[in-house]
Amino acid sequence: MSAPAAGNEAAGAVGAVGAEPVSVTVTGAHKRFGAQQVLAGVDLEVPAGEVTVILGPSGSGKSTLLRAINHLEKLDAGHVEVGGEPVGVRRHRGRFKELNERAILAQRGRIGFVFQNFNLFPHLTALENVAAAPVATGRRNRAQAREAARDLLARVGLADRAGAYPRQLSGGQQQRVAIARALALEPGVILFDEPTSALDPELVGEVLAVIRDLATGGTTLIVVTHEIGFAREVADTVVFLDGGRIVEQGPPAQVLSAPRHPRTREFLSRVL
Amino acid sequence: MSDLSRAAVPPERLAPADPAPPDPLPGPAVDTPAGPAHDERVIPLRHPWRWVLTALVLVLVAQLAHGLVTNPFFQWGRFRYWFLRPIILHGLGVTLQVTALSAVFGLVGGIVLALARMSRSPVLRVVSWTYVWLLRSVPLIVLLLFLANFSALYRTVSLGVPFGPHFVEFDEARAASSLVVAVVGISLNEAAYAAEVVRGGLLSVDQGQHEAAAALGLPRRYQFTRIIFPQALRAIVPAYVNQLIGLVKSTSLVFYVSLLDVFGRVETLGSTYPSDIVPLLLVATVWYVVLTSVVSVAQFYVERYFSRGALRTVPPTPWQRLRTAVADLRARARLATGAAR
Repeated sequence: MSAPAAGNEAAGAVGAVGAEPVSVTVTGAHKRFGAQQVLAGVDLEVPAGEVTVILGPSGSGKSTLLRAINHLEKLDAGHVEVGGEPVGVRRHRGRFKELNERAILAQRGRIGFVFQNFNLFPHLTALENVAAAPVATGRRNRAQAREAARDLLARVGLADRAGAYPRQLSGGQQQRVAIARALALEPGVILFDEPTSALDPELVGEVLAVIRDLATGGTTLIVVTHEIGFAREVADTVVFLDGGRIVEQGPPAQVLSAPRHPRTREFLSRVL
Repeated sequence: MSDLSRAAVPPERLAPADPAPPDPLPGPAVDTPAGPAHDERVIPLRHPWRWVLTALVLVLVAQLAHGLVTNPFFQWGRFRYWFLRPIILHGLGVTLQVTALSAVFGLVGGIVLALARMSRSPVLRVVSWTYVWLLRSVPLIVLLLFLANFSALYRTVSLGVPFGPHFVEFDEARAASSLVVAVVGISLNEAAYAAEVVRGGLLSVDQGQHEAAAALGLPRRYQFTRIIFPQALRAIVPAYVNQLIGLVKSTSLVFYVSLLDVFGRVETLGSTYPSDIVPLLLVATVWYVVLTSVVSVAQFYVERYFSRGALRTVPPTPWQRLRTAVADLRARARLATGAAR
């Protein structure tokens, strides 16, 4: 399964997300929560249109790294660039200056984020969840946004559940709505924070199928997950994180089948 | 009815409607190995003491009601005389006016205070906390009397830089009618309590909702007004209505700043007609009960509205419940007559 080649071909055929995929660069990321060093100098390069899967034991800093990319988490040191533009800061006389909230929110509008616990808005229907952000950020009018939302829900296989409230949906359906909600922003990159960890095993497949569809559509994806099989099949690059550092990275065939680092080997032997 | 279709109907539906004893051999479709005397239904547990207790309570309630109606002490004739007198209704109007204005100003003030308390600015947080601490400490009656005498302390109230220029200036003596004093006093007091109610509601919204709203890049105002606050309202409404019902009755204190609400009218009429004081108090009581009931009914519908999405199915209104009960009875009756024929 050569994911990169398949991805590039399909990108022309499907090309459905709309926005151009963008690259993501993380440089020297450091983050400390109290006494705990969560990120201890992470450098990550994700080329546009590629799928990167981040693996690692819990507490290794995977989620923090992902959240730092859309500035939900502020880094102590280091910085993030999405599509060549620094996130959360701007260059000012050779230094980085923090952006105001409005500018950060505008940047986040170009980065999709899918949460482990879905975090759908419970008081809005599936359709309203998907249509909210494009309207609120002034990108589309209400009618257009609802139209687009219907298309997106159809794309994740939930055309008939548009009027349902999140609590009336199964976990897998909720996560698919959440993915459609992220797609509504036409993001250049989508970040997935353990998208299947809160799901029953039988529901994991339907969510992974949607993500796989996005991968072949040519969107830049960064996925934190424990689904090794999914990583092997879809990822262009697998990154193994431990103790706030990248221990090993490379194509899945290498990292998953012939890991060089003993920590990677130990982790894989436990999860496989 | 063929035997086959009869077997499909649950036995408890059919049995009471069936006047004739069941067929000893119901046919090939039904297989009952234990013979004709056997009944699959479970006999429910009997609760004899529950009936005894129910009877006892009913007797007590009947006694109370009887006493309320027949005791000459209550003078129901005088009650009827006073209940809809224009002077009482005028007082009721004042009560409604003070309640409505204070409820709105109190809630708005409470939202502002709650936001200040939860803001990132330590100054706003401390100011908000101090306000709530102070206003919850001062009895409402003291605050009202203090405000009523305010115009004696300060001739003018002005907004501006201390020792510097003043932007807005009020002539206190002219502005402070007793209605203004009452509404300002009750609103100030109400805001302190409402602030905590609102803050509690906002805290009850899951952190993930804030994160999701931020991750989608929703503008801050939209995040608050469309995502966080509607969810907080689910927790705010019951607590604030509780507050509101307290407010309806605390408006009776405005009597002490010479504003004649329904209680004030009753009080002054009572001193003019001392023999009518009991029926007059009953008039006030019944009006307060009516107001509280209206608020409670409104609460049901407001809560129902904000439970959208929080419950898988929205609970039926009492009206809907009544209609389904009637429809159910009708269906049963139809089934019974159909089976008898």
